[in-house]
Amino acid sequence: MIKYIYLAVLFPLIGFLINGFFGRKIKSELTIGIIGSSTVGIAFLISLLAFVQTIQFPVEQRTNTVELFTWLSANGLNIKFAYLVDQLSLTMSLIVTGVGFLIHVYSIGYMHGDKGFWRFFAYLNLFIFAMMNLILGDNFVVLFLGWEGVGLCSYLLIGFWYDRKFEKGTTADAAKKAFIVNRIGDFGFLLGLFLIYQTFDSLNFQDVFSKAQTFLINENTFNLIALFLFIGATGKSAQIPLYIWLPDAMAGPTPVSALIHAATMVTAGVYMVSRASILFASAPTVMMIIAVVGLLTAFLAATIGLVQNDIKKVLAYSTISQLGYMFLASGVGAFSSSIFHVMTHAFFKALLFLGAGSVIHAMHEEQNIQNYGGLKNYMPKTYFTFLIAALAIAGFPGFSGFFSKDEILWYAYVNGGFIFWFGGAVTAMLTAFYIFRLFALTFLGNERFDHHKYHPHESPSVMTIPLIILAILSILGGYVGIPEIFSDQEGNLFKNWLEPVYKSAEEKLLTSSFHSHFEEVLLMLISVLLALCAIYIAIYVYTKNIFVIDKLKKRFVKVYNLLFNKYYVDEIYDSIIVRPIKIVSEKILWKFTDSIIIDGMVNGVAEIVNIFSEKIRRIQNGLVQFYALIMGVGIVLILFWIIVNL
Amino acid sequence: MSVIPIEYYLILSAFMFVVGVIGVFIRRNAIVVFMCIELMLNSANLALVTFSSYIGNPVGQVFVFFVMTVAAAEAAVGLAIIIAIFRNKQTVNIDEINIFKW
Repeated sequence: MIKYIYLAVLFPLIGFLINGFFGRKIKSELTIGIIGSSTVGIAFLISLLAFVQTIQFPVEQRTNTVELFTWLSANGLNIKFAYLVDQLSLTMSLIVTGVGFLIHVYSIGYMHGDKGFWRFFAYLNLFIFAMMNLILGDNFVVLFLGWEGVGLCSYLLIGFWYDRKFEKGTTADAAKKAFIVNRIGDFGFLLGLFLIYQTFDSLNFQDVFSKAQTFLINENTFNLIALFLFIGATGKSAQIPLYIWLPDAMAGPTPVSALIHAATMVTAGVYMVSRASILFASAPTVMMIIAVVGLLTAFLAATIGLVQNDIKKVLAYSTISQLGYMFLASGVGAFSSSIFHVMTHAFFKALLFLGAGSVIHAMHEEQNIQNYGGLKNYMPKTYFTFLIAALAIAGFPGFSGFFSKDEILWYAYVNGGFIFWFGGAVTAMLTAFYIFRLFALTFLGNERFDHHKYHPHESPSVMTIPLIILAILSILGGYVGIPEIFSDQEGNLFKNWLEPVYKSAEEKLLTSSFHSHFEEVLLMLISVLLALCAIYIAIYVYTKNIFVIDKLKKRFVKVYNLLFNKYYVDEIYDSIIVRPIKIVSEKILWKFTDSIIIDGMVNGVAEIVNIFSEKIRRIQNGLVQFYALIMGVGIVLILFWIIVNL
Repeated sequence: MSVIPIEYYLILSAFMFVVGVIGVFIRRNAIVVFMCIELMLNSANLALVTFSSYIGNPVGQVFVFFVMTVAAAEAAVGLAIIIAIFRNKQTVNIDEINIFKW
């Protein structure tokens, strides 16, 4: 089945083509939905079969390349359109197609009655196609193709309801913001690719990585390459300083937020860092930067999430925060832990978003959690699955998020140091708090909504069944990565499975400081206790004792405003980057360069021609004899000239 | 019997040509201009016959017949154009026929 892995990419494309070109004519929503979902479902089955086949191979044979055709060939640059099927790409493609399939099914219910139903499924399929290219690509160029493709789909889907208002502008503004901010990251990514090609004379993964191991290359070059690639990752994966687009991306429909802006696309940066682990491992300075940026992002985004009132905004900041964890893991060299967290995060965050979508659906597009309350009686399935997801993200023992988060914290402690562990643990506590604040305000407590206006109801089963499946995955997904101390074996299933991909990077990093199991258990206990306290406090305060919060708000009004306004980062960017660019564009580039210089040149040339022709056209006076005379004079002159020259 | 020297023919031909050219340049009546053009054509014919006879190659004289045929056709077309112009403008004075300009 490995040979046919390209079908897993092709089917979503077919779905896109059918729905994109003929969707408008297909009247039945169900047909469109089935086409859209089944193509992704087939892609999942193909990935699964390829996975089953690969797992039966001995470890050395698990990396396979599927060449399709030569894409570009020019003077030494030879880019093949090929797919790399190995442990990492299979893991990612299972996550993308699996979670993607569930979200497609969910969307059939969520998007019911939307006038752009066919367009929605066409875009979603196009997204899966691009994402699969990103994951499976065998060289940086195919990866970049997917990288840009998912950016495009993200743009299209954020602006899906292009005629709706969103905050101060329209959803189109949010879409543009996402696209432009991503462009900055992509620029860095491109520079990284150029530098890789210049240094290694190839863009193929295996070439580049093997050369990176063996060639003697200046560490500065590695640092630059890794830094540029990481800039690309900060754009796509919403890290400081380019995270600002992700909260605005919530303008899109909720399934989009779940699929693209939580589970899959935003993890592309993590995947890329993980794929190019050897390049990053060779650049220790950049590794440090990544770890710090990841930790800062995780912490700051979590603090913002504490006070937001829009249900999707809270989840958006939560996503940024969790992505920060993944980069923290990559930064301290625990690449497999970051992918493990990508996987568990895909399960529980998709579930959180879909649950939120179910709530929004039931509350007629109301998104302010202050206007919810007590919904558990109206929508028990959503309530129960949301609870599971919340426990998972909070790191409640036994749920998937616990295993992955704990692994990251452990490696942050071992490879990074106490401060990284501490930051991560505090962030974990904040995470538990904000998610249970959201949970309590939404599902528990008094019903604060207007009963005449809102009639909450449970969503149809086409929406709840994906929720239940994701809930099961959110619980069980973590058991492939049980910590060593509980499983009595070296490493764990997930880590051993991915091990070969990171072998060269780990050899380079060589962190072999010894730590006892006692430490691991102690740290685990502390972080779990912090999370449990946070959960208890959040539920207690937001259901029984809301006035405590009001008191705190009044007491720390400055801090509250700072958090509520997201550290004013948007405003700062606006005044130091956006506005100067606008002023320069308008005053200098438009009014001066364009209007005066360029228009002046173009119009001036025409004006000169005009002046001359105005004079010269008088010669053409319509008198035939005049023409004849000139012709005669001309002939005489030519004859004269010929005779003289004889 | 003495032969007329070739220069005589050529001078006559040149004279006719110059008359034709001057006529084309200075006369105002389209019919006259047209006749002057014919004059130039015939002067060229004369030069052609002269040289042909002088060299002793009859091809030039045969060629003149072709030229005359074409000239006849051209005269018919030219006169037709002049008549068409006259019907439009009630004049054949070419100073007044100056509509082909800016």
